[in-house]
Amino acid sequence: MRTPTFFLICLIVAALVFGAAIAIGNDYVFFAGYVVLQYVVLSTAWNILGGYCGYVNFGTAAFFALGAYSSVAIYKLVTENDFFRMPMPVLILIGGAVAGIVGFGMGYLTLRLRGAFFAIATLALAVVLQTLVVNWDFVGGSRGAYILRPESVPIIGAYIKYLFLIMLLLAVIALTTARLIEHSRLGYGFATIRDDELAAEASGVPTLKLKLIATTISGALMGMAGAPFPYYIGYLQPDSTFGLDYAVNSIAMPLIGGTTSWVGPLIGAILLGSLQQIATVTISSAVNLLVVGVILVAFVILAPNGIVGLVRHYWQHKPDDIVGRRKVETDAQGTVP
Amino acid sequence: MNNTEPAAANLLEINNLGKRFGGFVALENISLSVAKGERLGLIGPNGSGKSTLVNCICGTLQNEQGSVRFDGGPVDGIAAYQRTRLGLARSFQLPRPFISMSLIDNIRIPILYTVAARGIRNSAADIDTRCMELLRQVGLDAKARGMPKDLTQVEMRKLELARAMASEPKLLIADEAMAGLTHSEIEDILTLLVRLNDQGVTVILIEHIMRAVMSFSRRIVVLVSGKKIADGLPDQVMRDPEVERAYLGQ
Repeated sequence: MRTPTFFLICLIVAALVFGAAIAIGNDYVFFAGYVVLQYVVLSTAWNILGGYCGYVNFGTAAFFALGAYSSVAIYKLVTENDFFRMPMPVLILIGGAVAGIVGFGMGYLTLRLRGAFFAIATLALAVVLQTLVVNWDFVGGSRGAYILRPESVPIIGAYIKYLFLIMLLLAVIALTTARLIEHSRLGYGFATIRDDELAAEASGVPTLKLKLIATTISGALMGMAGAPFPYYIGYLQPDSTFGLDYAVNSIAMPLIGGTTSWVGPLIGAILLGSLQQIATVTISSAVNLLVVGVILVAFVILAPNGIVGLVRHYWQHKPDDIVGRRKVETDAQGTVP
Repeated sequence: MNNTEPAAANLLEINNLGKRFGGFVALENISLSVAKGERLGLIGPNGSGKSTLVNCICGTLQNEQGSVRFDGGPVDGIAAYQRTRLGLARSFQLPRPFISMSLIDNIRIPILYTVAARGIRNSAADIDTRCMELLRQVGLDAKARGMPKDLTQVEMRKLELARAMASEPKLLIADEAMAGLTHSEIEDILTLLVRLNDQGVTVILIEHIMRAVMSFSRRIVVLVSGKKIADGLPDQVMRDPEVERAYLGQ
């Protein structure tokens, strides 16, 4: 399927989802749906670096917060100087640009690290950024920042519906981007990085350049998901914006869905995101992360390749998988005598 | 890369190359020239620095000392992927397949990233045909859609070689591509390498199997403990008392 066709189908599905949400006729659907969609974008973005390239990023919250706080900064500038109010798509583009630039910088500084060391470096980035924001009075510091959002938007109605629609479109853009990468030369290059960087270089793949492309795209998409967040929540506070939830969820969702394909993060985010929303309403909001933890442990043990891997396995059902898998023996360190 | 140096006919030129890991001297003052179209055998006991030399030539490791020139220009400090694009291909001693990709996709990578980078754009169908042709040459065409995990070690070595060939190199370094292969399989690989050489590809063969080295090489270089101790015609090198003592035992 060609990318424009895929994009069109996604748009039609998005329109149906929006129609269905309106048909239910309860504003809470939009509030809960927004969070699920936000996770579709975040986990798709995480998967571009984590799933395709194999670099585990624990700093999702940092990029998300960069988007959110760039919106807050612009909001403060506008209200204090009485400029015109910037439309949401512009805020999203700015948030994406800021997070993308930081993603590029982080990549440049840390991509010579591998495995756990890279993960720790991304975690450190989140801590550093949180410290900066807490000490930056202009965006509210540790007190947090209030955003007064408009009551309604022409044509669409309640503002939450507008935010929901925006996030729906962002999800479509993120999924189309991920799928486009997956089926392109870039996607092949990313997969070689995940498999074996030495062999990739020996095959002519410019691994450092490709990793920088991945961190930039991944960071930018996370920032775009964060930009509308202050308008959704109304009161933005550093502790929750940099919360562990974002990092854990955006890793758990692709892992549960399957990391090798764009469908994985989508399935994982819808499944886990909805489950969390239901748990929040029916049990308690604290059960959220417990749900993630239990499901993640179950999947890591029972279906390490996620739902996509499980489905593929049963469809193909290769005979040699029954006989038993031979493990590929490749040394990690290269051939240093 | 047009220059007036007399050595322009040499495809690869290594000058006083040195590499150390901490206090361990892996390579010391290695100088070596390989002419265009040559078939060179590189031998030496385990740990003599053969693979380190390959890694320094290909940019996997950076040498601290000396210089490497390839195809008329210096390649010191140039990243490994750029050297591959210049026409320097190698197979790894321990096979390093892309484990999440089918065999045909393994072969596709150098075509997408090396051949295409030289400005040669092939259609997807052409690339498929080329991949299959390469796999057929190493006898893996029947498993083209299979995964590397289902291959034997021997088949993985063949895949390594096919992947190195896919980048259409000027110089191919085969790092122990034949270890563990049967008699007839060795013959197959040797025929393949000779055919490549006939097409103009310079080949450096690193091998422990002396029969293969002797029948393939027009010239042999011997490394022992990071030093080059012999360089010459195969028969002469084999008669060299120092080689006999150091490499073949007392």
